[in-house]
Formats: sequence, structure tokens, C-alpha cells
Amino acid sequence: MPAIEVSDLRKSYGSLRAVDGISFSVDAGEVFSLLGPNGAGKTTTIEILEGLRDKSGGSVRVLGLDPWSDAYELHKKIGVIPQGFKFLDYPTPREAVGYYAALFGKKVDPDELLKRVLLEEAASTYFLHLSGGQKQKLGMALSLVNDPELVFLDEPTTGLDPQARRAVWEVVRKLKEEGRTVMLTTHYLEEAEELADKVAIVDHGKVVAAGTTSEIVEAHGSGQKLMVKGGPDLEEYLRHNTKLIVEASGGEVTVRLKGKDDALVALKAIEESGAAWSDLMVRRDSLEDTFLRLVGEGAVSEETS
Amino acid sequence: MFSFKRVIADLKVFGKGNFRSREGLFFTLVFPIILILLFGAIFSGGSSAPTTVYVQNLDGGPASIAFIAALNSTSAIRLVSAPTSVNLTQYLSSHSSTNGILIPAGFTLAYEEDQPVNVTVYGNPASTTSAVVSGITSEVVNQFNIEGASNVHSVRVSQEVAVSKSYSYIDFLVPGLIGFAVLTSPMFALVNVSSSYKRDKIFKQLSLTPLTETEWLVSKIMWYISMTAISFVLMSLTGIYLFGAQISFSPGVALFIFIGPFMFVSLGMLVGTISNSPESAAVVGNLVTFPMMFLSGTFFPVSSMPVYLQNVARVLPLYYVIEGLTNVMIYGNYASALVDFGVLVAVSAVIFALAVKFFKWRED
Ligand SMILES: Nc1ncnc2c1ncn2[C@@H]1O[C@H](COP(=O)(O)OP(=O)(O)O)[C@@H](O)[C@H]1O
Ligand SMILES: [Mg+2]
Repeated sequence: MPAIEVSDLRKSYGSLRAVDGISFSVDAGEVFSLLGPNGAGKTTTIEILEGLRDKSGGSVRVLGLDPWSDAYELHKKIGVIPQGFKFLDYPTPREAVGYYAALFGKKVDPDELLKRVLLEEAASTYFLHLSGGQKQKLGMALSLVNDPELVFLDEPTTGLDPQARRAVWEVVRKLKEEGRTVMLTTHYLEEAEELADKVAIVDHGKVVAAGTTSEIVEAHGSGQKLMVKGGPDLEEYLRHNTKLIVEASGGEVTVRLKGKDDALVALKAIEESGAAWSDLMVRRDSLEDTFLRLVGEGAVSEETS
Repeated sequence: MFSFKRVIADLKVFGKGNFRSREGLFFTLVFPIILILLFGAIFSGGSSAPTTVYVQNLDGGPASIAFIAALNSTSAIRLVSAPTSVNLTQYLSSHSSTNGILIPAGFTLAYEEDQPVNVTVYGNPASTTSAVVSGITSEVVNQFNIEGASNVHSVRVSQEVAVSKSYSYIDFLVPGLIGFAVLTSPMFALVNVSSSYKRDKIFKQLSLTPLTETEWLVSKIMWYISMTAISFVLMSLTGIYLFGAQISFSPGVALFIFIGPFMFVSLGMLVGTISNSPESAAVVGNLVTFPMMFLSGTFFPVSSMPVYLQNVARVLPLYYVIEGLTNVMIYGNYASALVDFGVLVAVSAVIFALAVKFFKWRED
């Protein structure tokens, strides 16, 4: 049984279809990432899975439960760090963990747990005075108090500096090592690539691509390409003497490689052209190229800046 | 399902937070004391202003006019003449005063004939101003007797208690300001807490734990009942020892120390819950709070307000808190206090039910 099963999930806010027929499934022990620009519907989706919002349509099972109607049961088994985690101003992380332990009726050693999320150095600092990264780590600690099988993280590193981001990543990897299923959302491509076993790219409430990163690149990328520095004469020659797709920009000529022999054909033509060339390389489309192709460059650069 | 253990766990964290945040502590404990010091000092400290004394002259003859002139020459009292047609005791009470002087009919005749005659001074034995009035009157009487035609001291002063028991402003101020604290500290705190927790998604966060909305609300109610009890004690002691307030600590007070915060925690919660942002919550909160703050008998007795405002006061829940506290602490009138309490229980139950109904941690 998959840990999460989502099929044709829909959620509307008035006339806005924030989630418009999303389907995916997450296996136990997997790290799964919803990747998409701001407003894509990631938070809406993840909060429906957490039982914090009701859906408008479709079906959802989380750990075999209906998250909305079995929320009380589900919440004993999952851990959640909401987007932009905030907490009460005055408890220290140690007290906050103690509070949660009392609420869950669990015996937890706060210091041991804080160590696991790399927060032991700030165990007695008021939440108010914690840095962004430390707050996020407290969120993780609290989500682990009930020893969950499944952990949800909504944009866990948005707004953090690179160092704090790496610390959060380290904790996520530990969660996977401990055998927990992790579902995270992010608009950082690097983060999905770094952490996730499987990714679903969402945009405007729809999944536009899903699978492992290489599967996505395979299916939606433009495949391999040969790139070489050279002038318009080289471009002209290749265009007229091969059947390949040739593009040129900024003194660089790109040749798309589809068939297995395309690379050889291109190389031969370059040699025959007699034109000047340098810096020849063959590259595969990255997830980033594919992502940008799928969701549009504007949305992302605006987002990550 | 309801777990007291979780309520206590929440209470511990919330309480600690309140003690650590200085503003929280200031508004719950320090501010009410400041209020009572301020108003106590303004209205009952060192009576530098002349005391108003109502004089009813049933005689009207030259001696009585001379007597009144002699009284008037002292700057410590300000004389106001009362109509001769009224009962002075009733007149005093309808003017919320306890200080009066009655010059009987036949005063001039008796004075001229050196017959004994009594001038009656009405006052409140417990009040310092009344003592001043009767002291001054005695002095004037002595002078008047010496200046009289003969050496016979014919005019005497006799003391009368104006009402069976009378009260000074501070007596009303203590329950009024306690009511003020009962209202403001839970209202402002809960409006703010509930709207900012909503904005910061702390309620969503809490909904992921076994803590329930009702448990959370009960913990807040318990906290503000405790804080109100503490500020009740501090304010009453300040009133009694610094300003000589005549109030009693009867157990009936506990009813109002319980139901007041219960009601206003729920009301604050309701306002915070139905508002979209902390800013709009603050506006709605003020709209609800301010009329109650001034019109429910906090700073002055409702009976001293114009009738149409008295009618407004009667629809404000805080009015019944203050009236109830006044009934218990000043008049020992338990029957009326129970009526006030009954009204409050009914209103609180409705507000609490609405708060619980609208207070949802999850969204549909
Ligand atoms: N509670 C809500 N009420 C109305 N619109 C909402 C609500 N939550 C989200 N939206 C809208 O739904 C869309 C998806 O939002 P969200 O799920 O937060 O996206 P993401 O997390 O991917 O940035 C956005 O256009 C957002 O403005
Ligand atoms: Mg989001």
C-alpha cells in the first residue's frame, strides 16, 4: 500500500481552481517532492493531505486514512512543518518540545530530539529570538515528537541562507535514513534534485511532469544536444548539409541530437565545413532546463530571486 | 476526549509566555493597580476642594441668615441651599450627597429668646468629609453663641446620620475598576492572540496535536480567571488600605471573578476568530470593548448617568459584572447579585457556544 495516494484531487476557492485534478502516489520510505512556482497549489495540496483543509473533489488516502474525516487518527502518525513555521514567542525549544510531548502523551527527551535536528545550541533561547533556520529546525523537532511514519515539509528552506538550507537538508536525509516517508514541497529545483527520490512538477494546479528526475528529463527534456562555438558560416553549413535541427545564439551553435548516429553526422559536418570552431561538447538537458521549459522561465526567475 | 492534562500543559506554556512578555504582565497586573491609584488619588485623596453641603433653612429669620453667613465664611465648605419643601434626607440621597445642615423653624425666635435650639448636621460617620462638616458647624455654633445677645449657649449641634450607611466614590470605584480589569485584560489579550495565532498558522500547528479547540479555550479561561483573582485582591487591598474603601471580601465575589473572565475570554476569542486579520480584529475588538469600558459603571456609578445612557448600560454584559460585584462587595445584597450572575451565565453560555462554533482550527 502506498503511503500517499492522490487521484484527481481538486480544490477551488470560489472561482479559482487552485488544485485542478492532481494525481500521484508516494511509496513508504520514499522522499517525494512537489516542485512548482509560487501559487501552483503546493500548499493547498499538502494541507489537504495533512487533513488541514477539505478537498473539493477527487480522492485522497494517507496511510490508508481519509485525512479530513480521520484527522485525529492520522495526526498521531504524521509530522508536519507548515510553510513559514511560526510558534509562540516565549517557549524555548526545550519547553516547546516538552509541551508537545505532554500534548501527545509521549515520553521524549527534549535535548536528545533537539540534537537530532541540530538545534541543541539554542535549546534555551526564546522562540522569538531564534534565527530563521533555527525556527525551521524547531518545526522539525516538533513534527518528530510523535515519532511519525510520514513527515510533511512545506517549503522548508524558503528564505533561509545557504548554510541553514544545507542543515535542513541534512535533517531531511536523516529522516529518510530512519525509514520515514517524506513529502516536501519546494520551488527550488536544486532542493528537489538534492533530496527527492521522486518529483512531481506542478503548475496552475496541475501535474505537468512526474517521476524520478531522470525520467522527467527523459520524457519532457529536449534530449541531448551538441554545442560548439562558431560563427554564422558554421551554422549555415550545418543547416544546409545535415537534416538536424540547428540553432545559434551568442556565437554558439546548438545541434539537437535525436537518433543514435546524429552525433557522428554533426561531428563529420563540422569537420567538412572548414569553418573555425572551438569548445565542442555534448550535453543532456538538465532538470532545470526541463523545469523552465515546463513552467515558463518568468515564473521561476521571479520566484527564486 | 477532553483531557485536563493537556489543558494544564497548555496553561503552563501560555502562562510562562505571559510572565515573560512584559506587556502581558503589565496589562494583567500592573495596569489595574495604576488605574486604582490614579482614580483613587483624583477622587478621594486629600480633600482640598471645598465639600458641598446642602443647607435647608426652615426658619428664614435674620438669625438663621446670619448663621448661614457665618458658615459660608469658612472656605472648607460650599453651601447649597435645599428647598424647604423637601425631606432633607431624601434630598441628600437623590443628590448622592451625605452632607446636610438643617436649620429648624423657630430658630430666630429661640435664638433671640435664648431658648435651646438644635441645628442638625447630617453626615456619614465613616466619611472624613462629614467629620469636617460637623466640626466646622460646631465651631460656627460656638462663635454664634458667644456673639449672641446673652451668654447662654442656646444653639446646639445635634448629629444625624444621613442614610443608614453611606458610601464614598472609592467604594464604587473599586468594583468598577475590577470590572474594568475583568473586561480589558482577557478581551484585548484574546482578540490579539486568536487573530495572530490564526495569521501565523499556530492554530493549524496545534490542530496537528491531540489538543482540541475547547481544551485550548478552557486553558485561556483558567489563566484569566487566575489573573483576575490576583488583580482583584491587589486592587481591593489598594482601595482599602490607601483610600479607605469600605468593601467586603465576601465569597460571592468568586462568582463574578469566575464568570467575568469566562465571558470575555470567549468574546475576545469570538472577535478574533471571525476577523480576517489582527488589524481588523483589533478594530472590532475596540468597537465591542470601548462602550463597555466607559458605560458599565467602571469609572462612575451608572446611577449618576443620564437615563438614556443607563438604558444603554443595561444591555452591556459588563454592567452586570460591576453591578454584581457592587451588590456583593458593598451592599451585601446577594439576592440581586444572584440575578446579575444569572444574566451573566446566560450571556456567557451563548458567547462561549458561538466562540466554540466559529473557532475552527482547520479550513474547509
Ligand atoms: N485560503 C485560500 N483562499 C483563497 N485562495 C487561496 C487560499 N489559499 C490559497 N489560495 C490561492 O490558491 C492558489 C494556490 O495557492 P497555494 O496552494 O498556497 O500555492 P503554493 O503553495 O504552490 O504557492 C493561489 O492562487 C492562492 O492565492
Ligand atoms: Mg505554499
